[in-house]
Amino acid sequence: MATTERDEAGLIARILAGQKELFHELIRPYEGMVYMTVFSIVRNETDAEDCAQDTMVNAYRHLGKFRGEAKFSTWLATIAVNEGRQKLRKAKRAKEDSLDEPIEGDDQQITPAPLTDWREIPLEALERKELRETLRTAVAELPGIYRQIVTLRDLEELNVAETAAALHINENMVKVRLHRARMMLQKRLAPYLKTTARAKKEFWRRMPWN
Amino acid sequence: MELNCKHVWAYISDYIDDSVPPELREEIERHLEHCEICSAILDSTRNILVLTGDDRTFELPVGYSERLHERLARELADETNAPTTG
Repeated sequence: MATTERDEAGLIARILAGQKELFHELIRPYEGMVYMTVFSIVRNETDAEDCAQDTMVNAYRHLGKFRGEAKFSTWLATIAVNEGRQKLRKAKRAKEDSLDEPIEGDDQQITPAPLTDWREIPLEALERKELRETLRTAVAELPGIYRQIVTLRDLEELNVAETAAALHINENMVKVRLHRARMMLQKRLAPYLKTTARAKKEFWRRMPWN
Repeated sequence: MELNCKHVWAYISDYIDDSVPPELREEIERHLEHCEICSAILDSTRNILVLTGDDRTFELPVGYSERLHERLARELADETNAPTTG
């Protein structure tokens, strides 16, 4: 979500003064963030796209209420979270993936997986498509509150305060849940990373001429 | 204070985000110097974060941006929806 210095306050003022078309420009850097945020809540592409559009439309309609105490991106993320949650409630799918109640075991420590024969993932390995696929699946399968934290913090790189504001939780909760989420991902991906380090040796051993 | 592995694991996320107090940071670094297991856990977690932040990992649906701006264009064309200051 890195943007070059833009005069967003100026853009917003001009939009409100009647240069409506500038709204396209205002939201362009945040299209991805809004989509990923709602996707982390509703978990399917069709609903996510509807929600993302609704988020932007609502932001436009209520732009006059944006006072600039928060960053525009944070304000937008907050609307996105609300849109996503509303969609979930409407779909009555919230049961198994409760958003508002604290999840059990928030205070328990997740033990990361030790990687005994592993030093560092080679750069080529990080480039591998399967690893991305595995990570996508792992994030998708995280419980809701962890998936949302990871999406805002590690995918969209909002800071702790912005993430807390968007999700309506306190900053300490963001840190605690982020830690747990990251450890869950580490645990989940560790066997894969380990295989990566060993692959070379076994690859040759498996070759038909051996 | 001698940190054991479990202590270090508890701070991995904060350590990566550079939000541990300096004294604790030093303790963790001292531990990492001689503990390969914790170093590997730290490196693997970091790598996962690099991969998570990479634009190619989580891609937007094809045509998403176009459809979004089309919808906005319709919205903007409708005077009744124009935002008001207030």
